Amino acid sequence: MAQPNLSVPFWRMHGISKHYGGVRALENVELTVERGRIHAVLGENGAGKSTLIKIMSGVVRPDSGTMEIEGRPVQFASPADAMRSGVVSIFQELSLVPDLTVAENICAPEPPRRFGLINRRAERRLAEALLSRVHCEDVHPDELVCNLPLSRRQMIEIARALGRSPKLLILDEATSALTATDVERVYAILDRLRTEGLAIVYISHRMREITAFADDCSVFRNGRRVESFPKGSKSGDAIVKLMIGRDYKDVYPVKTVRTPAEAPILEVENLNWGARLAGIDLVVRKGEIVGLGGLDGQGQRELLLALFGVLRGVDAKIKVHGKLKRINSPRDAKHRSVGMALIPEDRKTEGLVVPLSVRDNISLAAVGRFARGGFIRTLAETQAVKDVFRTLSIYAAGIDVAVRTLSGGNQQKVVIAKWLLTDADLFLLNDPTRGIDVGTKQEIYKLLRKLTDLGKGVLLYSTDYAELIGCCDRVVMLYEGRIVRELGENALTEQNILTAAFNVPENQVTVGEAAR
Amino acid sequence: MKGMQLWFARNSGALFALALFITMFAVYVVKNGVGLRIGLVTAVANKGVLLALVAMGQTLPILTSGLDLSIGMIFVLTNCIASAILSGPPWLVAAGSVAVLLGGVLCGAINGTLVVYGRLQPIIATLATGAVYHGLALIIRPVPGGSIDPTLARAWTSQIFGVIPTTLVILLAVVLLIWVPFQLSTTGRGCYAIGSSESAAYMTGIAVRRSRFAAYMFAGLLAAIGGLLLTAMTLSGDASATSGGIYTLSSIAAVVIGGTSLMGGVGGAVGSIFGAFVLRAIGDLLFVFDIQPLVQPFIQGLILLVAVSLGAIRVLRTPNRLDFLGVGR
Amino acid sequence: MTRILNVVDRPVVIAFCFVVVLLILGGMYNQQFLSALYLLQQLRVASFLGIIASGAMVVILLGHIDLSIPWVVTIGGITATAVAGWWGAQWTALGVPLAVACGALVGLANGLGVAFLRIPSMVFTLGMNAVVQGMVVMYTGGNAPPDQATPILQWLAVRDTLSVPHAVIVWALVGVLVIVALNRTPFGRYVYAMGNTERVTYLSGISTRRILIIAFVVSGTCSAFAGAMLAGYAGKAYQAMGDPYLLPAIAAVVLGGTSILGGRGNYLGTVAGVILITLLESILSVMQISDSARQIIYGTMIIVMMLVYGRDRRVEG
Repeated sequence: MAQPNLSVPFWRMHGISKHYGGVRALENVELTVERGRIHAVLGENGAGKSTLIKIMSGVVRPDSGTMEIEGRPVQFASPADAMRSGVVSIFQELSLVPDLTVAENICAPEPPRRFGLINRRAERRLAEALLSRVHCEDVHPDELVCNLPLSRRQMIEIARALGRSPKLLILDEATSALTATDVERVYAILDRLRTEGLAIVYISHRMREITAFADDCSVFRNGRRVESFPKGSKSGDAIVKLMIGRDYKDVYPVKTVRTPAEAPILEVENLNWGARLAGIDLVVRKGEIVGLGGLDGQGQRELLLALFGVLRGVDAKIKVHGKLKRINSPRDAKHRSVGMALIPEDRKTEGLVVPLSVRDNISLAAVGRFARGGFIRTLAETQAVKDVFRTLSIYAAGIDVAVRTLSGGNQQKVVIAKWLLTDADLFLLNDPTRGIDVGTKQEIYKLLRKLTDLGKGVLLYSTDYAELIGCCDRVVMLYEGRIVRELGENALTEQNILTAAFNVPENQVTVGEAAR
Repeated sequence: MKGMQLWFARNSGALFALALFITMFAVYVVKNGVGLRIGLVTAVANKGVLLALVAMGQTLPILTSGLDLSIGMIFVLTNCIASAILSGPPWLVAAGSVAVLLGGVLCGAINGTLVVYGRLQPIIATLATGAVYHGLALIIRPVPGGSIDPTLARAWTSQIFGVIPTTLVILLAVVLLIWVPFQLSTTGRGCYAIGSSESAAYMTGIAVRRSRFAAYMFAGLLAAIGGLLLTAMTLSGDASATSGGIYTLSSIAAVVIGGTSLMGGVGGAVGSIFGAFVLRAIGDLLFVFDIQPLVQPFIQGLILLVAVSLGAIRVLRTPNRLDFLGVGR
Repeated sequence: MTRILNVVDRPVVIAFCFVVVLLILGGMYNQQFLSALYLLQQLRVASFLGIIASGAMVVILLGHIDLSIPWVVTIGGITATAVAGWWGAQWTALGVPLAVACGALVGLANGLGVAFLRIPSMVFTLGMNAVVQGMVVMYTGGNAPPDQATPILQWLAVRDTLSVPHAVIVWALVGVLVIVALNRTPFGRYVYAMGNTERVTYLSGISTRRILIIAFVVSGTCSAFAGAMLAGYAGKAYQAMGDPYLLPAIAAVVLGGTSILGGRGNYLGTVAGVILITLLESILSVMQISDSARQIIYGTMIIVMMLVYGRDRRVEG
C-alpha cells in the first residue's frame, strides 16, 4: 500500500452545494478533516449535517464542488464506491437489513468467499471477531437483526464499520440509542482508532460529548459552515450561539405552583403486561407534568403504548376523570370520553404521513369532528388548521406544502398540532425532543407548560435528565418494568435520578457510585 | 445449540409446509387403496414438480418484494416453443432444449429490464408482458399441437433406476445446481436484502439493480424448465391462457404456503416446493375421499384460505399491534 | 380541498391525451369510428368495466388488491337473473339488490380476513375467488346458468334515454359517489392516509380495520352490481363472465395514475384509464387483428404508457 501523503489533509471538500427542489441543503461548503483527529460537526436540525454526511458517504451526489482524498479528487457514484475509497459511515437511520442475520449484515457487501460462493463459516468467524471487538460477544452471529434491541443494532453497525478497514470513519448520531456502558466502549474504540491514524467525523447532539471528546469542531447553520475551531477554544454557550445565530439560555418555563388537591385526569392501578411491566400505579393530575425516567428500555415506552391501547393483553384498572375505562385501541384512547393523545417516538414512521401536506397531517386525527352528515366542513377545518399552525409557529411556506420538506423540529410541531386539534386532556409524549434542534425544544417546553396551565395533564418520557428535571413537576422512575421511586418537586436532582435509574437503594449512595 | 434454534426459527415456514405435505401424502397413500405404487408416486411427482418449478421461479421476484404475473405465460410460451423444435436428431433436440431455456431467460430479462431500468411497478409490468408472451405463444401454436421426441419425453417422465421419478431427480438437480448457488451468491443474498429494506441494502453497498434483475431472469429460467417438462408430459404445446393464469396464481399461493412473505426478505424456494406439493395434494385428497366433483372447487378454495390463515395465527398472538402494522405501510 | 382542485393531475392529463390519440388513429382507419353512435356504444361497454374499476380503485388506494372480482361479478350476474326462478316473477325487482348484497357479503369476508387475520389481500381474495367459484359451480352443477336476464337488467344495461345509455348514467352516478366519498368525507382522508402508512393512521386513533372492511365491501358491491348489469347486456349470466374483467380493471386504475402501492390516485384518472382500455380493445377488434397480435399490442401499449408516466421514484437512501 502506498505511503500515506502526510502533508495534505486526509479529506477536503470544496465548494460543495446541494439543492433539493427549492430547498438549499448545502451552500458552498468547505471542510477539511485531518488524520488522527476527531472532527465534530455541530448544528441544529436542518443545518445540513445529514446532507453533508450523505454526500461524503456516496449516498447522494453534490450539485457542485469537489472532494479530495489525500489530495486526489474523488467522486462517489454510490455508497459502495465510497466504501472502496475507505470512507465508512455509521448512520442515524440504521442501515442494517432487518431480515438478514448479524453475520450476513456485518460482512455485507463483500462477504468471504470460496469458489465464488459465500463461505458461511468464514463469515460467521469474521462476525464473531468483530463482535468481540465491540464487546458484544453475547450476540449470536446467526441471530436476525430485526430481533435485536436498538442498542445492540447500533453496536453491530459500529462493528461492521470497523470491519471495512476505514480510513475515514463518519458517525452520525451513532450513540443516540446506546446504553451508558456501550457509549463508554465506543469512546474507547474511537480513541484507539484516533491514535492509529484514522480520520473521524462525529455528529452528535450531546454537547457534553463534543466538548470533551473532539479535537476539532465545525459548526453548520442553514446549509453553510459557519466556523471551525479546535478543542477547548469555545465554551458550550458560545458554541450554541454559533449554532442558532442568536443569544440563548437553556431555560425551562416556570413551573406553576399548584394546589395538591387537583382532580386526577388519569389513575392507573396495578398495570401489568406480560413480563415487561409489573404492578404500575400512576396518577396524573390536572395541570401536572409527570415525567417517566430511568435507563433505556426499562418499560417506559411500553407503558405509554399500553395506556394508549396499542398493546394487547394489558391487565390494569384505568380511570379517566374518575370513571373506569377500557382502552383497547388508539381509537378508544382518542375518544372524547377519554381524551388521550400520544406523540410517538419516531415522527417519520409513527407520527406523520410523510407524502401528504401539512394540512392533511394536522387534521388527520380530528377530521371526524369537522364532519356534518358525513361531509367535511372544509372552511371550518381549514380555519382550525390555520389557527393551530399559527399558535405553534410552524415554520413552513403554508399549510399545503408537503410535510417532508419541513425540518425535524417543525415536523414534530405538526405531530403535536394534530393532537391539539383533538382537544385531548392528557398528552403522552414518547421522547419528543430527541433529535430536535435547541430552538424548537424550547418552544415545546413552553407549549407543555401552556397546556397544563389550561388544566391538561402531561406524561412525559424523556431520555434527557436535564429535561426531566427542568420540565416536570414530579418524575416516576422505572426499573425493569416497575416503578422504583417517585421523585417529587424537591427531590428532582440529577443525583437522585441516577441512583433511582440504577435502582440503587437510597441510603446506600456514595459519592463514587452516584457519579456513575 | 443456539445456532440450531435460530435455523429452525428462520425456516419454520418451509418446515411447516413440508410437514403438511407429508401428512397429506400419507393420508392419500393410505386412503387410495393402492398403496405406495411407483406409477402413483410418479404421477403425483410429475404434476407436483411442474408447479414446484414455477413456484420456485415465482419465489425470487417475491423475495425482492416484487411479483411476476407473467410467469404462467412464460411457462406456456416455452411449452409452445418446445413443441415446435424438440424433434429430430439428438443434437438438434439438445440444442432445442437449450434454446427453450434461453427463451425463458429472455422473457425474464425483459421483465427485469422493465422493472429495474424502466422502473415500472412489477405487478403492472408483468401483467403487460404476460399478455405479450401469451400473444407470442398463440402465434407459435394457434391451436394445440406440435410434438416432442418421444424417447426424450418418456425418459423425463418415467423413473430412474426404475424407482425414483425422474422429475424428482430433475427437481433436486435444479435445487442443487441453481437455487443453492444462487442463495450463496452475493446476488442472491442481495434479493433478500432488497425485500427486507431496499434503502438499507443500498446504503450497505449491495448491488440492488443487479440482484433484482437476476431475480426476474432466473424466474424465467425456472419457468422454462417447467415448460420443457410440461411438453414432455403432454407431448404437445397449448397456448392456453387459462392454464397460464392458473399456474401464475397457484405459484403465488404455493410461495405463500411455503413460508415466503409477500412483503419480501423472508423465505426461500425450497419452502415453495413444499407449498406446491401441498396445493397438488389438496386436489388428490379430494379425489381420494370421493368428494363430489361439483363440490371440489369449493373445498379447494376453502382449504387454500385455511392454509394461508394458519400462517396468520402467529400474527394473532403478537402482543404489540405495531409489530405487524409494518413500517410505513 | 387540494385534491378536488388538483384535477389537472399529470397522469390524468396524459391518460386523456392517449384517449384522444387513440380516437384520432381509429378515425383515420375508419370514419365510422368517430360517429356519435359508435362512441356512445363504447361508453356503454366501458361502463361495466368502469363500475368494477371504481371498486377496485378504492381497494388499490389502500395499498391492497381484490382478486375475487372475477367470480363476484359472476355471482352477481347469476343472482340477479335467478331470483325470479327462485321466488316467483313478482320478486324480479329484488334481483339487483340481492346481487349487490351478495357482493357486499363477499367483500365483508375479504375485509374481515385482511383486517383481522392480517392475511395479505392478494392471497386472501385469491382464495375467496376460488371459494365463490366453488359456490357457483355447486349451484349451477357446472352447466350454464339457465335463467334469462330480467327486464330490469335489460333496462339498465341496454336501453337509453335521449341516446344516452342508462349504463353510462349509472356509471356516472357511481363515479360521483366515489369522488365525493374520496374527497369530501373523513373516509376518503383515511383511505389516502392509510394507503401511505397504515401505522400512522392507526396511531392517530383511526379504526383502520373499519376502513379496510368498508373498502372491500365497496369493491364487492361494485363487482356484483356490474355483474348484474353485464347479465342484462348479454341477455343471460354465464360461467366465468367475470374473468375478462380483472386484469383490465387493475390496468385501468393504474393507467389512470393510481399507484399500485396505494396512497396516491385520482378518480378521473380511473375514468380515463377505463375509456382508454375499452377503446383499445374495440379498435383492435374492429381492425380484425388476430387474437395473438391483440394480446401483444395490448401488453406493449400498457408498457409504453407506464414508461411515460408510471414510474417508481428511485431509491436514494
